[in-house]
Amino acid sequence: MLKILMTRFKQGCRTLAFPKGKLPVLPVRYRGRPIVAGQGDSVDLGKITFIPDSGIRHSNDFRMATSRREDLILKGDIDALAFTVNQKIVKMFGRSLKLRQVSAGGCNACEADINVLNTPVFDLSRFGVQFVASPRHADGMVVTGPVTRNMREALLKTYEATPDPKIVIAVGACAISGGIFSNSPESSKGLDTIIPVDLYIPGCPPHPLTTLDGLLRLMGRLKNRQTGP
Amino acid sequence: MELFNGGHVSLKDIPVLAEKEFRDEVLLRCHEGARLANLFGSPEDGGGVRLIAILALDEESELQILSTKISAESPRYKSLTKELLQAHLFEREIAEQWAVTPVGHPWLKPVRYHVNYRGVPDLWKDIAQRTIPGSYPFYAVGGEEVHEVGVGPVHAGIIEPGHFRFQCHGEEVMHLEIQLGYQHRGIEPLMCGKDLKHGVLLSESIAGDTSIGHSTAFCEVVESLAGCTVPLKAQAIRAIALELERLANHVGDLGALGMDAGFLPTSAYFGRMRGDYLNLLLELTGNRFGKGLCRPGGVLFDMDIAMAEDFCRKLKRYKKEFEEVSDLLFTRPSVLARFEGIGVVPLKIAKSLGLVGPAARASQVEHDVRIDHSSGIWQFYHVPISLAATGDVYARALVRRQEVMRSLEFLMKLLPSLPKGEISVPVGPLKTETLAVSLVEGWRGEIMHAGITDSQGALIRYKIKDPSFHNWFALTLAMRSQEISDFPLCNKSFNLSYCGHDL
Repeated sequence: MLKILMTRFKQGCRTLAFPKGKLPVLPVRYRGRPIVAGQGDSVDLGKITFIPDSGIRHSNDFRMATSRREDLILKGDIDALAFTVNQKIVKMFGRSLKLRQVSAGGCNACEADINVLNTPVFDLSRFGVQFVASPRHADGMVVTGPVTRNMREALLKTYEATPDPKIVIAVGACAISGGIFSNSPESSKGLDTIIPVDLYIPGCPPHPLTTLDGLLRLMGRLKNRQTGP
Repeated sequence: MELFNGGHVSLKDIPVLAEKEFRDEVLLRCHEGARLANLFGSPEDGGGVRLIAILALDEESELQILSTKISAESPRYKSLTKELLQAHLFEREIAEQWAVTPVGHPWLKPVRYHVNYRGVPDLWKDIAQRTIPGSYPFYAVGGEEVHEVGVGPVHAGIIEPGHFRFQCHGEEVMHLEIQLGYQHRGIEPLMCGKDLKHGVLLSESIAGDTSIGHSTAFCEVVESLAGCTVPLKAQAIRAIALELERLANHVGDLGALGMDAGFLPTSAYFGRMRGDYLNLLLELTGNRFGKGLCRPGGVLFDMDIAMAEDFCRKLKRYKKEFEEVSDLLFTRPSVLARFEGIGVVPLKIAKSLGLVGPAARASQVEHDVRIDHSSGIWQFYHVPISLAATGDVYARALVRRQEVMRSLEFLMKLLPSLPKGEISVPVGPLKTETLAVSLVEGWRGEIMHAGITDSQGALIRYKIKDPSFHNWFALTLAMRSQEISDFPLCNKSFNLSYCGHDL
């Protein structure tokens, strides 16, 4: 018992202050929100997989979530991502959100970095967000993976089993557009071709802070400020 | 035909034996101690299939390749499984991918539920029209007091999909049948062609938590086919990333095991500590899983002396922390009572199934690719093998703890003495009609990639073997006569990849 207490004392409190205080700064090589150079260029955050050798320049900003698919397409003349807050969702789920996670063909990177939100550094439960064991207990679904042909029925059944009103969150390039598997006959071209989506979190996988930032915006916990340099 | 890890051989030099000779040779050599590391089909002109077997002689650090040809007119051969249990899943996969029947296979069922690659009628009617892989008559035990429990594909936690069907009598599990295939994305066909960039990106996503393992294996196959030598510094950086991946996953697993035994302090601490190693990968590669690091010819990110020293300092701190927290877990009587004697896989079964990785080493199987088939930087640095005797959940946890300590020691030896030089060389055209093989000790076990080129130097067949391909059946056997409430613990102690199996 003494050892448990001693270790607890040594481990201390490791929870990040985010969203309070200064924005956490990620390492230099982290590839965040793309910087679109020319006036006519555009980058679709839902399709790119944030690799270093794509020719796209990336900033260090991890805030990339949007509530509409079209807002993921960054154009050269706008330098911020829009996030349209749905007031109905804020009213219903702003203080308590129970989520069911469905892995529909994900490679486990998105799943692992969602799982990490439950650990002390990010501590999702302090915001009233919790992952539950059954869709019957849930307010919404978090889906990862390109929705493989073999998971389609299970995904739809889980969606139907979640009681209304419900929300759907797509995490990762695969869930948003099929990602790197979009040209495979076994995968879909994105979750929103199957069910309506309320929150898009781009990345491959999204950094846990990107996911956390997206969830907090959805719940109306962050001021509706634009993301910017 | 002998080969080494990272070697290649011209297709015409691979011995082609008659079907009976092939069968007898494979069975004889495996009986004498070889391990069936791979058995797969490759398309031939004329609609036939060439079956290629890669046997591993771990003590001699050698691989042996044999093949036989199956004609399109008579797509069947006598199954090896009854005499060689290790072949069971390979034969089912060949049956599904190539519509070639292994006659006499004791349990022929599909693996991933997709249409075959030859475009001929599949062995199972309407295989790709079924709405879900689980709609299949599971093995059932008769009796009034027997009940069936089905779990999945959508599981209670944040985890990949798979279906588990238990036949139980009260709390005791009589039989567990595991149904996978839900994650099937069709990666092997996507790998074919000339686009190596697309290939390496796919390899990073075969199993996201084994990004470095699989992308290293892919790069080594391409480098072998192109005949290029990767600079030592790049090999060192790949090894650093591979070990960081191993550390992150083993630490995460120990946390999860603690949680399933109901001991929460260590699950919280290990959960956070896993992030420390992922953040080191983030600093090195810009991605917490190392996606974007390995490319054919080398690596994309360099490590200078300042970064190496910084990593060394951090790892020293993390080592001390790990020792303290794991001591807390392993000396707790309530945790040990949950771990010991649960989910035992005896050595005999581990060997007959051809298990790999920490799960095999926990049953005393002495096999580690870094030692048996060392390539790259592993030829210069030795990591002692981590073994355990009892083959239960405790042994699998213990092997992970030992591997964490040894990986930390290895990194602290390598980082201060990083080789100098370039991190990448250009990759020329690939040799034509050649097969190349690479093995990597991923954190779950032996990863093997094999690539075959056509007469233009494009990939015509790419075979991916994740270590989970061997190990899933071990979970089935480990659960026999166990209590169903121990299932999450057993499952976590193996922690196998669903998507690595499903491709």
